[in-house]
Amino acid sequence: MNARITVATAGRVLTQLRHDPRTIALLLVVPCLLLALLSWTFDGQPAAFDRIGPMLLAIFPLVVMFVVTSVAMLRERTSGTLERLLAMPLNKLDLLLGYALAFGALAVVQAGLASGVSLWLLDLDIVGSAGWLVLTALLSALLGTALGLLASAFAQTEFQAVQFLPAFVLPQLLLCGLFVPREAMHSVLEAISNVLPLSYAVDAIAEVAANRGLSGQASLDYGVLVAFIVGALALGAGTLRRRTA
Amino acid sequence: MPVNETPAIEVSELTVHRGGNLVLDRVSCQVGAGSVTGLLGPSGSGKSTLIRSIVGVQKITSGTVQVLGRAAGSKPLRALIGYVTQAPSVYTDLTVRENLRYFAAVIGASPRDVDTVISSVGLTDKSGALVARLSGGQRTRVSLAAALLGEPQVLVLDEPTVGLDPVLRRDLWQLFKGLASSGSTLLVSSHIMDEADRCTQLLLLRDGRVLAADSPAAIRDHTDTADLESAFLALIDAEEVAAR
Ligand SMILES: Nc1ncnc2c1ncn2[C@@H]1O[C@H](COP(=O)(O)OP(=O)(O)OP(=O)(O)O)[C@@H](O)[C@H]1O
Ligand SMILES: [Mg+2]
Repeated sequence: MNARITVATAGRVLTQLRHDPRTIALLLVVPCLLLALLSWTFDGQPAAFDRIGPMLLAIFPLVVMFVVTSVAMLRERTSGTLERLLAMPLNKLDLLLGYALAFGALAVVQAGLASGVSLWLLDLDIVGSAGWLVLTALLSALLGTALGLLASAFAQTEFQAVQFLPAFVLPQLLLCGLFVPREAMHSVLEAISNVLPLSYAVDAIAEVAANRGLSGQASLDYGVLVAFIVGALALGAGTLRRRTA
Repeated sequence: MPVNETPAIEVSELTVHRGGNLVLDRVSCQVGAGSVTGLLGPSGSGKSTLIRSIVGVQKITSGTVQVLGRAAGSKPLRALIGYVTQAPSVYTDLTVRENLRYFAAVIGASPRDVDTVISSVGLTDKSGALVARLSGGQRTRVSLAAALLGEPQVLVLDEPTVGLDPVLRRDLWQLFKGLASSGSTLLVSSHIMDEADRCTQLLLLRDGRVLAADSPAAIRDHTDTADLESAFLALIDAEEVAAR
């Protein structure tokens, strides 16, 4: 591992984004607009918005970073830059952590903006503090990045990479407790939701929104999230092969 | 040009299959240290596959590849080899300088190297331009510049001059000669025969096999031809007669 290469990679990824201001605008503005739309659809039911709003703050980063990362990584593969990098003195983890660092930074900005808009403009009412919302969103973004890096190994084209969103992410969305509380699901579905990482991001954010400070349940959820992130990054590093056919 | 006794690259009995087909068939060859060795052969003959094996990014079936006395692809070699892939492998959404700064950071080359390599490939006036807005030949040169960073001991270049005009080609070959005389070893693939004459050594590949390995003059003498194009054709004919 080499901090210089990790930081240089993160800087490079952010510079690529800087040359693509439309993507940055979409990444930052779309979540805020969706939250505004949600709060208007729940006009007259503030309790419902207070329950679902925070969950969306945990879901956006995962969904968005998953797509962005899997496409970015696939481009590295198809453009030959990955082959060039792997022929250089670069540890695979340096590359993956560089991506995680860049998209994590972006996620903090995205979550800060979306939380600020929700709390101050849309009258989202939570017991906990905004800081925990942002932290959860960051972990969710890192999870999205790690899963996206992993998924890109199984895609040969950008079309396939984009299709992984409905394949991998939508089932998690259905089972994460956004639509039906997980305890209220059929026991088989609940068991499945227990092994899906997004469930823990959503549980954690609901928990820190509803309580002052960090509850034991929330720390457990954070622990599971971190384990998923580390696991996905390790598997992702395993799929990067220096020698290919 | 004096060529050292110990080869910089030593390939022995290398066999490679790709997509179920035999692509390199027990290839053995050497690239002398300090030489500019040209790797020639028709399209599909296995040049890129041999180059990828030398760089250590190709899965091989059997045989050995040694570079600077170490197994190809081994960790210490990665800092010592510059590699240009056949298709330009740079980030099109970064500028020329941003690309090279990043690759310089990865190999630990000094940031001052960046301007040096940009001017070596004649792109100083384009250093702030996005690669996506460059012409094909300019992109090829950005890719080449990245391989020159950190003054690698061995440079493996897969068709670095394709799509370039005669003046640029001459300039780059002068650059290659200069690098070789300051101690680097170069392996350059091409299918432009008039470039072959600029090499100190040649490797002719056909259908995954080495057809000839010698200096340009020796190959011409041996085949009794005036130019390398005829020499190459004569070698192919001779092989087909032998196969009958
Ligand atoms: N990714 C791949 N998968 C399967 N087969 C491949 C792959 N790449 C190349 N081949 C096959 O390997 C053989 C040698 O290809 P290679 O790219 O080494 O040729 P080359 O001499 O570099 O050709 P060119 O001058 O056109 O670049 C070809 O027959 C090709 O079809
Ligand atoms: Mg080739």
